[in-house]
Order: sequence, then C-alpha cells, then structure tokens
Amino acid sequence: MIEVLFYVFAAVALGGALGVVWAKSPVGSLLYMVATLASLACIFVLLEAHFLAAIQVIVYAGAIMVLFLFVIMLLNLGHDYQRDLKGGAFSLLSFVIIGLMAGVLVRQFGENAITEPTAGGRAIDAALAQHGAVGAIAQPLYTTYVVPFEITGVLLLVAIVGALVLAKKGGR
Amino acid sequence: MITEALVLSAMIFVLGTFGVLVRRNAIIMFLCIELQLNAVNLAFIAFSRLMGIDGQVFVFFVMTVAAAEAAVGLAIIISVFRHYETVNVDNFKLLRW
Repeated sequence: MIEVLFYVFAAVALGGALGVVWAKSPVGSLLYMVATLASLACIFVLLEAHFLAAIQVIVYAGAIMVLFLFVIMLLNLGHDYQRDLKGGAFSLLSFVIIGLMAGVLVRQFGENAITEPTAGGRAIDAALAQHGAVGAIAQPLYTTYVVPFEITGVLLLVAIVGALVLAKKGGR
Repeated sequence: MITEALVLSAMIFVLGTFGVLVRRNAIIMFLCIELQLNAVNLAFIAFSRLMGIDGQVFVFFVMTVAAAEAAVGLAIIISVFRHYETVNVDNFKLLRW
C-alpha cells in the first residue's frame, strides 16, 4: 500500500518537475512547482518526516511560492507566453550530459538496494514514539545543533535587511 | 523505498539543473533552483532513514537557507527589472565576457 502511494506521489512530483521546466508562462511553471512540492511533502510523510512535511507545505508551498507569485504579478509577467528555452546545440548537449549524469546516479543507487528496517530508521521510530513528531526533531535541533540554529537566525536577519535594501526604490 | 526515494531525488535534481541551463526567464531559473534544493531535501530525508535524525535537522536548515535565498534573489530580480524592463537573462550583458 505504502509502496503504491509512493509511486503515485513520485509520478506526480516528476510530472510537476517536467512541467516547471516546460511550461510557457511563469504562472504555469509556478503551479506545477506547487504540485511537485505538495507531492514531495506526501513522500516526506511516507518516509516518517512528519514535521518537515508540514513545514514543506506551510513554508514552501505557502510562503515562498506566494512570494514568487507576488513578484510575477508585481512585474506583470503573467502573460509572458513567449518560448524562452535556449535552443540548438547547447540545449542538446546539456540534455545529453545531464541524462548521462542521471543514468550514472540511478545505476549507482539501483545496484546497492537498501533493505528496511535500517538502524537509522529504528532510531527515528523510537524518537518519534518517545518525543512525538515535533519533539523528535526539536531534541537534536536545540542541543547538538544549537549553534547552527542561532546562525540561521542571523542569516534570516541578514536576508531581510538585504532584500529591503535591494528592492528599495531609488537606493543609495 | 529508500532506494526509490534516492532515485527520484536524482531525477528531480537533474530536471532542475536542466531547467536552470535551458530556461532564460530569471524567475523560472529561480524556480528550478528551488527544485534542486527540494531534491536535495528528499535525499537528506531518505538518508536520515539510514543514519538517524540528523538528516532531518539538516533539511530544516536547507529550508531556512532556501527561504532567505528566495527573498534576496527576488529582490535582485525586482531591481534588475527596474533597470532593464525585462527578466530575460539574455539581456543582462553588462558583466558578460
């Protein structure tokens, strides 16, 4: 059952990713992206990352994608239906190189198939049972990784100030 | 399911790379970069089934960095659009070799 669900969501995610690359208008691209993000969130749930699935939907699909849509509307790019794909030899070459890259990766992963249950999976299930979905990730976040967590806060502050300065009209 | 998730992650990452290389619309290039970040998140979560919960903590950080990157990147796109009246990267030739 879980396997079937995984394949369904994987198909939606891949289709959405293809749509992001091929859609003509930026708004269409964005909507495909939302489909990809939602199905990736479902895959996160299947992989027992419940908190991150919620964050994915709220922060990514909710906040970041709305920010993109807002910029598209602000710049009035919604009816920009011209094909902007780079054509010719470069496109073909990049397609071939990237296809080879994907082939190598898939072969590498496919050869060493991983059998469940794994050690990490058991540890995560134990943490989930003990602390709950949020507590399981909060426990290492506020103990082992507390310094990176604080630095992330500073990074967000810098990003806010930077975005304000860059987007300010006139400037300097 | 871990192997399949890693393969899916590789495919999405490759599609994102392809999009960045062939699309000329700056906003869609940004979307493709987000696609790559999401593929990496999926790989992290798949590997966290092998290595323990640390992978999920890293996904948390990646998401924060992605949000910061989107905010700053879109601000840059807005200020570039004010100057050139377009978001097609072929027109930004000032720093081009």
